[in-house]
Amino acid sequence: MTVLSCSGLRRRFGDVLAVDDVSFTITEGETYGLLGPNGAGKTTTISMITGVLSPDAGEVLVAGEPMSIHAIAAKRLVGYVPQELALYPDLTGRENLRFFASLYGAPKSRVDHVLDVVGLADRAGDLAREYSGGMKRRLNVAIGLLHEPRLLVLDEPTAGVDPQSRNQIMDNVRALAADGMAILYTTHYMEEAERLCDRVGVIDSGRLIAEGTRRELVERLGERDRISLLLDGDVTHAAAVLGSIRNVHGVAAHGQGLELVVDDARETLPQVLSAISADGVVVRSAEVTEPNLETVFLHLTGKALRE
Amino acid sequence: MRHALLIAARDLRERARDRTAYVLALVLPLGLAGIFTLILGNVGGDSQLFRYAVVDSDRGAVARTFTEEVLRGAASSGAIEIRAAASEQEARSWVDKGEATAAFLLPVGLTEDVLAGRAARIEVVGDVDAPTGTQVARSLAQSYTDRLTAVRQAVAATVHSGLTTSPAELAAEAAAALPRVSVAEDTTLSRQLDAKTQYAAGMAVFFLFFAVQLGVTGLLEERRLGTMARLLAAPVRRSSILLGKLLTSVAIGVLSMTVLIVASSLLMGARWGSPAGVALLVLSGVLAATGAMAVVAALAKTAEQAGGWQAVTAIVLGSLGGAFFPVSQAGGLLEKLSLLAPHRWFLRGLADLAGGDVAAVLPSVAAMTAFAAVTCTAALLLFRKVVPS
Repeated sequence: MTVLSCSGLRRRFGDVLAVDDVSFTITEGETYGLLGPNGAGKTTTISMITGVLSPDAGEVLVAGEPMSIHAIAAKRLVGYVPQELALYPDLTGRENLRFFASLYGAPKSRVDHVLDVVGLADRAGDLAREYSGGMKRRLNVAIGLLHEPRLLVLDEPTAGVDPQSRNQIMDNVRALAADGMAILYTTHYMEEAERLCDRVGVIDSGRLIAEGTRRELVERLGERDRISLLLDGDVTHAAAVLGSIRNVHGVAAHGQGLELVVDDARETLPQVLSAISADGVVVRSAEVTEPNLETVFLHLTGKALRE
Repeated sequence: MRHALLIAARDLRERARDRTAYVLALVLPLGLAGIFTLILGNVGGDSQLFRYAVVDSDRGAVARTFTEEVLRGAASSGAIEIRAAASEQEARSWVDKGEATAAFLLPVGLTEDVLAGRAARIEVVGDVDAPTGTQVARSLAQSYTDRLTAVRQAVAATVHSGLTTSPAELAAEAAAALPRVSVAEDTTLSRQLDAKTQYAAGMAVFFLFFAVQLGVTGLLEERRLGTMARLLAAPVRRSSILLGKLLTSVAIGVLSMTVLIVASSLLMGARWGSPAGVALLVLSGVLAATGAMAVVAALAKTAEQAGGWQAVTAIVLGSLGGAFFPVSQAGGLLEKLSLLAPHRWFLRGLADLAGGDVAAVLPSVAAMTAFAAVTCTAALLLFRKVVPS
């Protein structure tokens, strides 16, 4: 079931067209990564999805409810975790949660529940200003979960946090998606996107330039997996043997090394090793390189994700 | 409305942990009012009663009319006291010692000068520490001599015009035209605050403008903290967010004023007047202060910038409105400009309340409410730039 549907979103700030004809959908239980360099239009897109900004054109539907800056019903369906820490430093963690719970009409019992979920129950009575950066990030996420939204929008939720908090946030996201929540996730960390997101959309200069699963995007760009081998024995003969395997599309020799261009390296590697062993050649090392989202991103935008 | 109240309650909870709020809203106004009272409390005297000495060296009809008709008339209202001195030296001595607020010196030949068509002159010797009482004495004397001159000129014109009015009729008309001074209760003399109340009220309304800024700058603070985006994404009307901030200011203002009124009454002996009248003045004053500070906050880009501008605005309006000294007595343009400051109306309302009933504050309440309506509307329009759309 489609939880978020964006169609033809457009927003201009003066002469700058920040978002231009962006359309995508997210279904129940799906985690969608929105990737793009700084200034690409991610936050503007998110602001329109959460009802913070009005689009100049296009439409946002959340579980069928039209979203706008005045759409009270649609806003109840969305949990928002802004990129900046959006907390009141002179209130305790629990007071921060209670305030937002009351705004959303969430029951008080949810406060203790989300404190448990993000691992802050034992520090709930401390002022937010006394929290570490990671704890603040976790509280930031917890506020977005209070009212059990159908759609959770996380804008760079792990920026600048320690590995422990980062892992906890990612575990939380996975668990929420498993429970059926639709999640829109932006991040600068490519490995997070690869680990968490079912699909990604790449946005650049305000336009959604590619969308799909990691494998779909990689294949669309003509990128293939590679297996690098270091051998003892007759390399030339080994190259000839390996070239005859069905999933191997190319073999190049470099001294005692061989580089193979293959389909699905993880599936092909056992066949490769088996073939070489049968030929009496000893494999000293084997390395698999899969084209990742970073490669895709660089190819599509000409920029690294962190630029 | 529920969301506005929730937002205001959260703001107040946070402000309750902020020592700056206590200093601005309570400690400074109470402390300064106490200091002013200690230093300046005797300037002008605490009493509303002015004691005047009169030295009648003339012993003629003009001097007698002034003493018997003008001064006794005023004295019968209870606003002033008259005491005859045997000599100018004695009168000056009373003034020097503070036993008299001022002395009227009716010179030898005053009646003769008037009858001969020469300028009449009544000298007033005032206590430098009682400027208001001295000014009142000068006004009484000036008023009398002006009327004498006018009557004399009218009589001369009648005679020269050849009209056949009899001298007896002219005398009767002249007597009727002489000043009949009576000081009713509702005059400047009775509508003034004692020094303690004046300073307590002046400082309270001055710092009120600093106290209410803690609420209205909240929108800029929300933007700085990043919580504005979260509030805008919440199922809350944008008007509720703005209203919540205004409510915070109003709550801080009313609380601050209430504590200051009670504390200054108990600790300094300030007399604020009828609680109902004071409540009306406080509420309209708080609304006016909130509106003024909201406009400034809406024009600023950051909370820090707003704080600076608001301090300047509070000081300018406070000075103009007579929080430190009575601008209303300055006259001219300054006196007219002071009508733009809510402080002026608040203090005037209190003075009116001291000399009348609750209804006496209504003009001041109306003026401050109008000020609040204009500024709050302007602020709500200006705040649109703070809240993205």
